[in-house]
Amino acid sequence: MKIHEYQAKELFKKYGVPVPAGGVAFTPEEAAGIAGTLGGFPVVVKAQIHAGGRGKGGGVKLSNSLEEAKNSAAGIIGMNLVTHQTGTEGKLVKKVLVEQGLSIQKELYLGIIPDRASAKIVIMASEAGGMDIEEVAEKTPEKIIKIFVDPLAGIYPYHCRDAAFGLNLPAGAVKEFSAMLKNLYSLFVDYDCSLLEINPLVITTDGAVIALDAKINFDDNALFRHKDILEYRDFDEEEPLEVEASKFNLNYIKMDGNVGNMVNGAGLAMATMDIIKLAGAEPANFLDVGGGASAEMVENGFRIILGDKNVKGIFINIFGGILRCDVLAEGVVQAAKKTGITVPVVIRMEGTNVEMGRKILSESGLNLITAIDLQDAAQKVAQIVRA
Amino acid sequence: MSIFVDKNTRLVVQGITGKEGQFHTRQCFAYGTGVVAGVTPGKGGQKMDNIPVFNTVNEAVKKTGANCSMIFVPPPFAADAILEAADAGIELIVTITEGIPVLDMMKVKNYIAGKKSRIIGPNCPGIITPGECKVGIMPGHIHKPGGPIGVVSRSGTLTYEVVHQLTQKGIGQTTCIGIGGDPVNGTNFIDCLDAFQKDPETKGIVMVGEIGGTAEEEAAEFISKNVSKPVIGFIAGLTAPPGRRMGHAGAIISGKSGTAQGKIAAMKKSGIHICENLGVLGKLCASVFGYA
Repeated sequence: MKIHEYQAKELFKKYGVPVPAGGVAFTPEEAAGIAGTLGGFPVVVKAQIHAGGRGKGGGVKLSNSLEEAKNSAAGIIGMNLVTHQTGTEGKLVKKVLVEQGLSIQKELYLGIIPDRASAKIVIMASEAGGMDIEEVAEKTPEKIIKIFVDPLAGIYPYHCRDAAFGLNLPAGAVKEFSAMLKNLYSLFVDYDCSLLEINPLVITTDGAVIALDAKINFDDNALFRHKDILEYRDFDEEEPLEVEASKFNLNYIKMDGNVGNMVNGAGLAMATMDIIKLAGAEPANFLDVGGGASAEMVENGFRIILGDKNVKGIFINIFGGILRCDVLAEGVVQAAKKTGITVPVVIRMEGTNVEMGRKILSESGLNLITAIDLQDAAQKVAQIVRA
Repeated sequence: MSIFVDKNTRLVVQGITGKEGQFHTRQCFAYGTGVVAGVTPGKGGQKMDNIPVFNTVNEAVKKTGANCSMIFVPPPFAADAILEAADAGIELIVTITEGIPVLDMMKVKNYIAGKKSRIIGPNCPGIITPGECKVGIMPGHIHKPGGPIGVVSRSGTLTYEVVHQLTQKGIGQTTCIGIGGDPVNGTNFIDCLDAFQKDPETKGIVMVGEIGGTAEEEAAEFISKNVSKPVIGFIAGLTAPPGRRMGHAGAIISGKSGTAQGKIAAMKKSGIHICENLGVLGKLCASVFGYA
C-alpha cells in the first residue's frame, strides 16, 4: 500500500525524524493560510499524488508571498500531473503540501528496503541526493552505500556510523544523522514497510538534518496488524475497477488492451496475458480469481471485466485441478446468465472432468466458445477482437 | 529416485483440523503419502480420520517420528508454526500459507540459516514425487510417475499447466516443486537445480519463473557453471506493467529490475532452452528431451 508524502511525514514526526514545518491543503485559501503560519518565505507548494517525479512535471512550486502561495496552489490543485511514474494519462491533483523553504548545504539520498535474496534489511545511502536513484545505481553504483541489517539482531550504532561516515557528513551532523537513521529503522520494522525513502535528505546551512521528502510503501500482507495505516489509504489514487475488485478479494489490474481475461492463479494469469499478446492482441487486465475459482468469484470477475468499456472479448483460462471442470463450467454458465455477457467469451479449461465441462458449456445456449488448448484459445480471442 | 520427498517421508500436518488442512490432508493420504500426525494446539488427543492430532510439533515428532511438515496455519501465526517445526527437528517444512508478512519470513530465514531444516514456500503448492509422495495442494493425478524430468516453479496453477503438458506428451516427472510466489522464500531455484543435477534419475529440468527479483538470473548463472542436464525455461509476465504487484507478492518489476525480458536474456545466455509460448511448452520439452 502506498501513502502520500504528507502522511509519511506524519509518521516521521511520530518517530522523531525532523521534517520541514508545514501542512496539507485542499484549497488555495487553505494553502495561503498554512503559508502564513510558517514564519517567512519562501514556502514550497507540493502536489500530493502517489507518484514520483512531481517536480519535473510542474507539481512543485516555490513561492515568495502569500499571494504567490495561493496562486501556486490554485495552479497545482486540479491539474492533471504527468510524471514518468503516472503514465501518459497523468493523475488529478486534489491536495498540496505547503512547507517552509530551507537553506540547503547538502542533498543526500537515504532508503530502506527488504532485500529479497539475502533476507536482510538494506539501508541505502548516497551523496547523490535529489537525483533519480535508479539512474545513479545504474551509472555510478559506487556512489551508493549499502548496509545490510539482520532483522533478528536489529540495527546497531555501527550501522549508523557506516552510513554517516560513508556519506562524508560534516562532523557536527553525524550524531544527529545516526539518531535519525535508528528511528527510521524502527519505523520501518514497526510498520512492516516495503519501502522507506527520503530523496533528498538535506543538511541545512545551519547543520540540521531534515527529511525534505518522504516516501513509504507498506507490505500488504502485514496490514492486518496495522489498522491505523489503513486510515491513510486514498481511494482517489487507485483505479476504481481495482478498488471494486479488491472488495471481492479479486486480484485485478487494469491494462490498456481489449481482451479481458480471467484465470485461476497468478502465474498462469500472467502467462495468459503474455499469450494474448503473442497472438497479436492486447490484454485489458490481469485477473486472478484464485486457485479455487468458485462460481461466485467467476461471477464477480465477469462484472469487473465488463466494467471496462474497452473490452471486446473475454478469455477464460482455468486449470481445473482439485476444482473439477464440470463444476467450474456450471459456475461459468450461471455467472454468464446472471451478468448478461455482452461480448464473446472464449473458454479454455483443462484438467479434471474436462470433457463434461466442455459439454456443459456447449449446451448452455450462450455465446461461449470453447477452445481445445491454450494456443487455440489465444488465437480465437485475438481473431474476435480484430474483427 | 527423487528429491526431498519419497516413500519414506513421514508427514505431520500443522493446521490439520482447519477446512483446508483437512481437505488436503485427505488428498495427500489418498495419494499414498505417509501422513503420520497432525498438530492443532488445544486439540491434542483427537483424531482426524485415523491420524492422531497433537498439541505441539515436538510431541508429534517424539510420538510418530515425523520428518516433514505441511503448514496450513493462517498468515499471522505462520512464522510461529515454521519456527516450531524447525526447533522440533523437522527436516522439510512445506509452507502452503499465502500472505505471510515479508518481515516475518526474513526473520524466519535468518533464524533457520545453519540449521538442518529446509523450508519450501511459503505461498506455494508444495512438492510431489509422482507415485510416491505428495506434500501439497496440487492435483496428484495430472502427474506421471517414473521421471525423468524435474520441475521447479514459482507458481501454482502454472506448474500444473506445465506438468499436464509434460504428461500429455508421455514425459514423466521425478519430483515437482513449487518454491512459492513470495519475495522471501526458503528453498530457491538453485537449491532445486543442484538437487536435480545430483539426482541420477532426473535427466532434464523444466524451470518456471516469473517477474520480480533476481532469482532466475542467479539460477541462470548457477546453471551455466554447475548443471549439465538440459534445462527448459519459461518466464511469465512479459506484458506485466512495472511497479504493479501481479497477484504474487514477489511478482513485481521494480524500476528496471525484475523484468521478464531481463530474465529471459540471462537464461538464454546460460544455454537454457527458452519457451516463448506456453501453448507449445509440451512440444518443446518433447523435442529437447528426446520424446519427439
